[in-house]
Amino acid sequence: MRAEARVVAESDGRGGTRLAVLRGESPLLLRRTGRPAGGGVTVHLVGGAAGPLRGDELRLDVVVGPGARLEMLSVAASLALPGRPAPPSRLTVTASVAAGGTLRWLPEPLIAAAGCDHDVVTRVDVAEGGTLLWRDDLVCGRHREASGAVRADTLIRYAGVALYRHELAVGPGAPGWDGAAVLGGGRAIGTVVAAGPQLPGPPVVGADAASMRLAGPGVLATAVGEDIRQVKAALDPWCGAALAPLALV
Amino acid sequence: MHPELHEHGPDEVPHTHPDPGVDPHTPLAGGPRALRIGIGGPVGSGKTALVAALCRALGEEIRLAVVTNDIYTTEDADFLLRNGVLPAERIRAVETGCCPHTAIRDDISANLDAVEDLEEKLGPLDLVLVESGGDNLTATFSKGLIDQQIFVVDVSGGDKVPRKGGPGVTTADLLVINKTDLAPMVGADLSVMDRDAKARRHELPTVFLSLAEDKQATPVADWIRGLVAARV
Amino acid sequence: MSLATLLLLADGRLPSGGHAHSGGLEPQIAAGRVRDVDGLDGFLRGRLATGGLVSAAFAAAACADTGRAAELDVGLDARTPSPALRRASRAQGRALLRAGRAMWPVPAIGREPHQPVALGALAAAAGLTPVEAAVAAAHGTTTGSASAAVRLLGLDPYAVHALLARLAPECDRIAAVAAARSGDPVDELPAAGAPLLDIGAEHHATWEVRLFAS
Ligand SMILES: Nc1nc2c(ncn2[C@@H]2O[C@H](COP(=O)(O)OP(=O)(O)OP(=O)(O)O)[C@@H](O)[C@H]2O)c(=O)[nH]1
Ligand SMILES: [Mg+2]
Repeated sequence: MRAEARVVAESDGRGGTRLAVLRGESPLLLRRTGRPAGGGVTVHLVGGAAGPLRGDELRLDVVVGPGARLEMLSVAASLALPGRPAPPSRLTVTASVAAGGTLRWLPEPLIAAAGCDHDVVTRVDVAEGGTLLWRDDLVCGRHREASGAVRADTLIRYAGVALYRHELAVGPGAPGWDGAAVLGGGRAIGTVVAAGPQLPGPPVVGADAASMRLAGPGVLATAVGEDIRQVKAALDPWCGAALAPLALV
Repeated sequence: MHPELHEHGPDEVPHTHPDPGVDPHTPLAGGPRALRIGIGGPVGSGKTALVAALCRALGEEIRLAVVTNDIYTTEDADFLLRNGVLPAERIRAVETGCCPHTAIRDDISANLDAVEDLEEKLGPLDLVLVESGGDNLTATFSKGLIDQQIFVVDVSGGDKVPRKGGPGVTTADLLVINKTDLAPMVGADLSVMDRDAKARRHELPTVFLSLAEDKQATPVADWIRGLVAARV
Repeated sequence: MSLATLLLLADGRLPSGGHAHSGGLEPQIAAGRVRDVDGLDGFLRGRLATGGLVSAAFAAAACADTGRAAELDVGLDARTPSPALRRASRAQGRALLRAGRAMWPVPAIGREPHQPVALGALAAAAGLTPVEAAVAAAHGTTTGSASAAVRLLGLDPYAVHALLARLAPECDRIAAVAAARSGDPVDELPAAGAPLLDIGAEHHATWEVRLFAS
């Protein structure tokens, strides 16, 4: 299956945000949700089919214009599944945030079901003066199930310079992924990158969690857990605190 | 390396020393680098107490900084801070990865970085003291790191220590036998220690000290004053 | 190329500050994740596939073109979210440059480059090839932590070296992959991360009692 979705958020010129484009197709269906508050807009990924399945080629493009504020959520976890023998499934997400724009990407976790073979490619460009909160949670296998293969490849640029460049591979074909250097037997991992002129300062609490000042204008908070609850326990409060200085939606 | 601080023994392989500007010790902008003195010796012999005493004695008259090499804490650096003998910016702690002797002898890079950082941050210095982690009688400093070394032993291990020898006791530029106040309690005979030290060390100087009583480590401070004066 | 020169560059006894770094092992031992040779095996395989691959690729790229040192350095910053690990990498890069300058005519690449950039520049100055720089980098990621494991856990050194021997073909494979990509734009170079190494390094940097600098 191939599917494409696109969101373009623009300032409406009166301190608010309007969606110039909101287009999707199954399984990448998008819905504008909630009341616009604080000048921002919330869009949910609602999903439309099981998957991604092997062979799927999905693409989501997000554009946040100058002064616009967009929050992207999803109604449920997405589940990467094996499907028929085929090349790996792939989701490519690109996002750009203009000066004065704000993007909050806070979807539910991706679950790597046993046997899946999935690539996630993320490319985010934030202009100088733009603000970003970008979260990715990954669960390695459903309950009591071996992890499928997921490779996440992320590049976040700020003002044209790589701020955060990270690849993570789990499951079959990823040497040492469950060893003590990578996930150490943990089955869930979450990362949040905050970037912009005002950065959240609070530490992340937890034995297997930390927040880190990046070399550029950003902070990474990351947590590894036995399950997604532990990751959420570490990262949700941090995301909550991060929202205050970001003065978002 | 300054030739006056480095005698070539008759049995040494003939060699030359590169100009300080090109040897691994990065040159400093603006003048000669500080005199570097290593202070080694077994665990608990009084190295930190000696450093503290030297800071008290010399801190006012010369520009001085300290590098500590603790085995696994910043205890020594913290002690110096707590006792207020030197401001924090003049003290650096170096980690040694379970191998205190490696950090002062085989791979001195972390110590050299610390010394250079101090000199860069504080401007020209006259003296940098490098305290090694407490180790054993074989631990000595590399000549690439320090110009002169002091080896500190104490009397509480008994008066046999100088007799046992080892590179620290035998070759250090100054041997300090500390805690003489404890000698009666442990039955250590200082005259035996003195005799054995002379036998091991020939012309090299040895001083007896009780840092519990002499808070300025007077004989050691005087020895250092002489070295600093000889450099300028 | 000279095999003897490569051995010199990859030798753990090169006075380049490595002995004081555990490659992230000390905090994982404290967390109870590495207790024995099996645990070390998992740790080293993960480290080799992540930081080892990244180091190898950046060392190979710096060796292939020392003129790229500055942009490679920025690329490593973006791949090293932990400030403690950035400090450790730069401290080791500085120490390696110090040793390298005494051995070969290394061009100026800044005072405190990331370790893989320094390694690549040294390799180039020594007349080595990018794949050799990559082998030295991959080899260094395993042997440094392995020797820390011997010291921290008192593991049988023969068992640890048997493990290193089993990992040697993987080091070669990683180095070949890394070298093949050494001409890629910096953003496209390998970026495999190891979350527990980042997290562990941040906690470790706050400990009061520790044996290793990182
Ligand atoms: N009685 C007596 N105690 C001393 C003397 N000098 C030092 N001490 C004590 O001996 C103990 C160890 O002294 P330190 O200066 O910490 O010894 P150190 O050699 O730095 O020890 P490490 O760094 O742990 O190897 C401390 O409790 C000091 O107060 C002395 O002359 N007489
Ligand atoms: Mg001490």
